Amino acid sequence: MSTKKTLVVIGNGMVGQSFLASLVASPIKDDYQIVTFCEEPRAAYDRVHLSEFFSGKTAEDLSMVEPGFFEEHGITIHIGDKASKIYRLAKTVLSEKGVSIAYDKLVFATGSYPFVPPVPGHDRPQCLVYRTIEDLEAMAAAAKTGKVGTVVGGGLLGLEAAKALKDLGLNTHVVQFAPRLMEMQMDDAGGAMLRRKIEELGITVHTGKNTIDITDGKHCANKMVFADGDELETDLVLFSAGIRPRDELARDCALHVGARGGIVIDNQCKTSDPDIYAIGECALWNDKIFGLVAPGYAMARTVVADLAGETASFTGADMSTKLKLMGVDVASIGDVHAKSQGALVYSYQNGDNGIYKRLVVSQDKKQLLGAVLVGDNSGYGTLLQYCLNGIELPENPDALILPHRSDESVGLGVDALPASAQICSCYDVTKGAICSAIEAGCTTMGALKTETKAATGCGGCSALLKSVMDCELTRQGFEVNTDLCEHFAYTRQDLYNLMLVGEIKTFADFLAKHGKGQGCEICKPTIGNILASYWNEHILAPEHLGLQDTNDTFLANMQKDGTYSVVPRITGGEISPDMLIALGQVGKKYKLYTKITGGQRVDLFGARVDQLPHIWKELIDAGFESGHAYGKSLRTVKSCVGSTWCRFGVDDSVGLAIELENRYKGLRSPHKIKFAVSGCTRECAEAQSKDVGIIATENGWNLYVCGNGGMKPRHADLFATGLDKETLIKLIDRFLSFYVRTAGRLQRTSVWMENMEGGLDYLKSVIIDDKLGLGEQLEQQMQHVIDTYQCEWKTTIEDESKLKRFRHFINSDQADDNVVFVEERGQVRPADANERKHFKLLEVA
Amino acid sequence: MSWQDVCGIDDLQPNSGVCALVDGQQVALFYLTPSAVCHAINNYDPFGHANVLSRGVIGDINGQPVVASPLYKQHFNLQTGVCLEDETVKIPVYPIRINNNRVEVNLQESADAL
Ligand code: SRM
Ligand SMILES: Cc1cc2nc3c(=O)[nH]c(=O)nc-3n(C[C@H](O)[C@H](O)[C@H](O)COP(=O)(O)OP(=O)(O)OC[C@H]3O[C@@H](n4cnc5c(N)ncnc54)[C@H](O)[C@@H]3O)c2cc1C
Ligand code: SF4
Ligand code: FES
Repeated sequence: MSTKKTLVVIGNGMVGQSFLASLVASPIKDDYQIVTFCEEPRAAYDRVHLSEFFSGKTAEDLSMVEPGFFEEHGITIHIGDKASKIYRLAKTVLSEKGVSIAYDKLVFATGSYPFVPPVPGHDRPQCLVYRTIEDLEAMAAAAKTGKVGTVVGGGLLGLEAAKALKDLGLNTHVVQFAPRLMEMQMDDAGGAMLRRKIEELGITVHTGKNTIDITDGKHCANKMVFADGDELETDLVLFSAGIRPRDELARDCALHVGARGGIVIDNQCKTSDPDIYAIGECALWNDKIFGLVAPGYAMARTVVADLAGETASFTGADMSTKLKLMGVDVASIGDVHAKSQGALVYSYQNGDNGIYKRLVVSQDKKQLLGAVLVGDNSGYGTLLQYCLNGIELPENPDALILPHRSDESVGLGVDALPASAQICSCYDVTKGAICSAIEAGCTTMGALKTETKAATGCGGCSALLKSVMDCELTRQGFEVNTDLCEHFAYTRQDLYNLMLVGEIKTFADFLAKHGKGQGCEICKPTIGNILASYWNEHILAPEHLGLQDTNDTFLANMQKDGTYSVVPRITGGEISPDMLIALGQVGKKYKLYTKITGGQRVDLFGARVDQLPHIWKELIDAGFESGHAYGKSLRTVKSCVGSTWCRFGVDDSVGLAIELENRYKGLRSPHKIKFAVSGCTRECAEAQSKDVGIIATENGWNLYVCGNGGMKPRHADLFATGLDKETLIKLIDRFLSFYVRTAGRLQRTSVWMENMEGGLDYLKSVIIDDKLGLGEQLEQQMQHVIDTYQCEWKTTIEDESKLKRFRHFINSDQADDNVVFVEERGQVRPADANERKHFKLLEVA
Repeated sequence: MSWQDVCGIDDLQPNSGVCALVDGQQVALFYLTPSAVCHAINNYDPFGHANVLSRGVIGDINGQPVVASPLYKQHFNLQTGVCLEDETVKIPVYPIRINNNRVEVNLQESADAL
């Protein structure tokens, strides 16, 4: 006979299974013979993601049990058998199918059942609930014959059920007794916003409706009758009016239960019988039932610890939730109803975008007590951490919900979180646990999830987990993330500083001192760029030549067929008729394709490498300069016509644009830089989409920074207002120099700023308030670049040795016979593959 | 064995590439300093369908000498011609030598047969 004690678990739902999993991971598993009763026809599955059953997940997909789990751990599971009687004196459990087991310890994990209001007719056909896979199968069957479906209950679960009905193709209604949706989590304004959004999806919402009868319908299978006399015809009725703990067995054996149900437990999850525990939704702790999985999991862990003789307590749980209901973001945190003494409320409502945010803040404005978010959940992670960890709020708490002082700049850096901060509430994983896992070598999201289980429950914490991981990897000095490439274990910023400190002037010197191997197409151009932005030597000097991408090497942009484009600078977009004619003449002579660019200048395409110096000689003779379209450098300063001609113009935007473009042309930077200047707030130059944007006002120039078009557009932020020109230029000098010093490789100003700790406010403090005392240095750095400017093309065509490269063949004057043009709309273009076969070797130039 | 005279060593660009016309073929020549190692490969980029490889940045990846195409940045091993991103793609590689400060290439023989 074994000397093992017997442990019986009643119920194999989410919490029962989580208990078994924790138990077998603990050394005490060897002390027990484990038996579990499972009323449902299958072992535990993921109820939280139950609705995914309708989007194609099968019962197996939803299963929470690893294949072979029970066999492997010697657990006896009685599937489809319900515990029906407990004899506490004899310490025996009896099941419906007649199994009788003597227990030493017993655990209730019987969950809850959906509450169905005792309305006459509630048990009519097609009146269903939403809790088990069988319920969902019944819904799907009913939906096949019906057209209308109604959910009774407008809480979280009710709305999720409504979505399911809608997806089943039913004309869907939600009937809510309370005056607003989600009355537990929402205030009136939030509930109203949510209602509007849900109605926009084609679901009809009825609030303040008390159902008093369900009878035969005329057009539908059922008819609901309300206290106010209204009626609603519906085929399917789905009750989602709350849950009730399944405490019937416990009552039957005279355990203490709460007045409104629930098996009473203490901090160790023990019931009134010290050999019997209760966990999950059947348990009543401190007069509370927790209708979420995470607290149930915490209870399960507590019981395992208690059985092992460790001191452990369940001390309540955070009931904050974040979810997407029918595509609508909804979240609630803590004291949403501002019930705490002296609580202050801030709210923000945007009727246009359907966004509602509410903050509940302590009297002294230092602590976040609660929050409601509708339509935009992006701030949830940050807010939750403020609330749970009692982190002191910023001076203006409303900054956390106001759109323009965006979440990014006030976002709580994850490094501000204490190690005890809970990152994943489903599995109670703290920041500390995540950091140790990273230290132990889990350096990918996948590895972290497997190791810590974080983000494998509801998934709500994955974004936060990712930022903790990134932040930790950086902090622990893992090289994977930040190394420029295999040759340099440094970031661009590091290399910049190394250059300054060591006065390094060449790549060879860099490689010898700080790198290994030969270099590659990542580190060579990056270092070439750093050297150029500081020392500003000609980029085709022999020691720099091999560092550049082809565009920089040939001072032109390579096109798909190996030819190049030519972009002369047209400062501020202003060009005289004579200059236009000169451009036209060059284009015509070399048969170049000519196009106006998006940056207010002219691009000439299709130049062979050997033609480039000739073309540029003619352009320079006509008064043009390089436009640096090939470099990571200042591109264009776009302008609108401004006060000179425009009847609304407040100041001379063209004049300023030209001055700025001449000032910063040639500056090498981490990525390209674009400016624009508008003459008034009508903003015809689109300055607010540029790295640096300037708008004239009656009071002076307004400066905007860190805008971006391109792949991820970003509106620029207002940086300073009412500036005179001198101050404006000083600020831009500092801003650009600081960007050149501190940005990552190929980081536009927008991304640079978004990744900067402290964001816009920090940037302002460095540039405007000169908090770091760097102002003068930054200005000098810029002055050096301005003083050493040269037109790279002019220098190149004046130096025979540099021209040697501008030939297709080093040993022949022939042209590349693979470059073939055809005509289209009166100009040339590269032939496509098909055309090439027909017009081989069509001579153009 | 047929070595062909291509150009003088001064015509090469240190730590960079140039293109030469050899027997009607476009050959990209790379010259590494201070080691004075040379490589010769075909100039045609099979991904970009253009004669541009001589204008790529050279370097090494995991100890293999490579050139990165200037068009879409695939790497080609300068000794074997194999593309690092897609090993089913291999471009021709030619033996190259310096003789009396002259650069010579052998088109008949592929380098990996050496
Ligand atoms: C020629 C032009 C298109 C046109 O026909 O109008 C153009 C052409 C190219 N753009 Fe652009 N962009 C041109 C205006 C723009 C604009 C509009 C503007 O400047 O007002 C944008 C969006 C604004 C912005 O940058 O914030 C733009 C956003 C991009 C991006 C995305 C940048 C981003 O931050 O997401 C790239 C890709 C990159 O740089 O990595 C790109 C890259 C390119 C490249 C360099 C792609 C390439 O590697 O071949 C193209 C080079 C063509 C050439 O050979 O000259 N181009 N490109 C425009 C030249 C403007 C000029 O006079 O210098
Ligand atoms: C559609 C839906 C969506 C949800 N979404 C979320 C969410 O997003 N986040 C969240 O935290 N929570 C959510 N929940 C709640 C979550 O599913 C529950 O909190 C969790 O399932 C509780 O686990 P439990 O083990 O206590 O109860 P259950 O999972 O219900 O398990 C109890 C099991 O015990 C069985 N049982 C009962 N009595 C006996 C008996 N006498 N003998 C044998 N077996 C018995 C029952 O049949 C059942 O299988 C959702 C629930 C539903 C229905
Ligand atoms: S949008 Fe794309 S295709 Fe057009 S010019 Fe810019 S990079 Fe080239
Ligand atoms: S909070 Fe649910 S998975 Fe982490």
